[in-house]
Amino acid sequence: MLVLLGISFITFCLVMLAPGDPVRQMIAGNEDIVVSQLEIEALRRELGLDKPFIFQYLDWLGRALQGNLGFSYMVKKPVIEELMECLPATVILAAASTVFMLLVAVPAGIYSAVKQNGVFDYLVRGISFIGVSVPNFWMGLMLLWIFGLKLGLFPIVGGRVAAANLVLPALTLGIVMAAKYTRQVRATVLEELNQDYVVGARTRGMSESHILWKEVLPNAMLPLITLLGLSFGNLLGGAAVVEIVFSWPGLGYLAVESIIYRDFQLVQGIVLWIALMYMVINLIVDLSYNYLDPRLRKAGK
Amino acid sequence: MEDIINGLKTNRSFAICSFLVLLLIIIAIAAPIIAPYDPLEAVLKNAYLPPSAEHLFGTDKLGRDNFSRVLYGAAYSLSSVLVLVTLVFIIGTGLGVIAGYYGGKIDMVIMRISDMMISFPGMILAIAIAGILGGSLINAMIALIIVTWTKYARLARSMVLKIKKRDFVEAAIVNGGTPLHILWKHILPNILPLMVITAASDIGAMMMEMAGLSFLGFGSQPPAPEWGLMLNEGRQQLQTAPWLMIFPGLAIFITVVIFNLWGDALRDVLDPRQEK
Repeated sequence: MLVLLGISFITFCLVMLAPGDPVRQMIAGNEDIVVSQLEIEALRRELGLDKPFIFQYLDWLGRALQGNLGFSYMVKKPVIEELMECLPATVILAAASTVFMLLVAVPAGIYSAVKQNGVFDYLVRGISFIGVSVPNFWMGLMLLWIFGLKLGLFPIVGGRVAAANLVLPALTLGIVMAAKYTRQVRATVLEELNQDYVVGARTRGMSESHILWKEVLPNAMLPLITLLGLSFGNLLGGAAVVEIVFSWPGLGYLAVESIIYRDFQLVQGIVLWIALMYMVINLIVDLSYNYLDPRLRKAGK
Repeated sequence: MEDIINGLKTNRSFAICSFLVLLLIIIAIAAPIIAPYDPLEAVLKNAYLPPSAEHLFGTDKLGRDNFSRVLYGAAYSLSSVLVLVTLVFIIGTGLGVIAGYYGGKIDMVIMRISDMMISFPGMILAIAIAGILGGSLINAMIALIIVTWTKYARLARSMVLKIKKRDFVEAAIVNGGTPLHILWKHILPNILPLMVITAASDIGAMMMEMAGLSFLGFGSQPPAPEWGLMLNEGRQQLQTAPWLMIFPGLAIFITVVIFNLWGDALRDVLDPRQEK
């Protein structure tokens, strides 16, 4: 609850950062109308901008709680409506890249941990090191150039949610994330493999595959799920740059557009919305932790 | 400091990485000497020339030499990232130490703010702050500082809390040492290695985030030869002049690789936990 308040407060403060007077900016749009000082004051009062800062915040919070995040001048729609329209695109992209990431990172990480210092392990470590050092937007541009322009496999002009448009951005985000996640999977599994219980199981003559599947992996699950939640959350924000590269019409794309058009109510709405999703994901991770960890389950009862 | 000099002698990978970092810095400083052309000089009849012996990395839409721009970009990007990391390091560590040492209300205020900041995915907040403040290098730095300081503050605070309980600190308090003296002589030297390691391994990531903001147009503004901004300009000519996109990106990538390797090597040298 406190976190929620904090999120909304910071989001509200964002707009205070903008240089200039919001009322004058609103009027500046239509120059043919002559406005008197009196009318400016009236508009200021109407918008509640003459009140002290904290009251402005409470007003805004009250409206936000009722689902009213203001009106977007850029798209001429209520902010909440525009958010809902862009949300599916972002979720689809995030989900697709997460699936790709899991398919690559989990097997690669586990295998290279089991065969530590083998050829495959070095290969995985090398590639994943390169992966974490590539800026995701550059990777996107390179993929676009190679697969879109040179090979002509995928459309270069995005702008629409479609399977063909999804492949490259999902691949871009997936590769960069997979590099990070593979390292984490490898480290976690390695740590578990060095625990005493593994040595114990070995001396009791259990097979290596039994140890790996029945003992090590269930234990490694917990930290990995936390990390998964974190990276999914980061995806929501980090996708912005990649969404721009591929003109993928998601929340990140909308955020950048709305900043360029200086449509701050929309910016506010997007930031608030993404922070809320981030919070919910972390909450789900915490809950799943409770469920998966037998120690916590007992403590809870 | 001694550890670092020892590390240079005994740890070969640290020595090599340090040499590479030095090389990067030398390239950045020597850019005016190495670069064959003025990075800002527009020669319109030379626009969009592909890479050749005369223009190693080709030219852009204004006929500016891409190789010279990438070289100058090293100075521009490196210096801004190093300043940024230093500032985050000082602000974050400072606030964390204050929160940890004094505790009470100050601690609560600092940590509550940091709790709030941490509930946002960093990049989207940075984009919003930099964008709303208006695109400029300084604003992009402010945005990244606001988003990243909490990490340092938390780390510093947790270490201070641990060290505060140690006997030598208690002894210093009993002996009537002033808080400033204790912080400076007893606490800071003990937390510094880990903080420096964190900062060093952050350089690469920060570089990418700065470039990302510039790429979106919320960082450096034209005609600055900043790598992220050059990628933004190159993006529009992906089809006709791919070299404008390839080389600045490659420059970012190589720099980030070198700093990441250096950060890892520095960890091996400085981290007290790995001494045994």
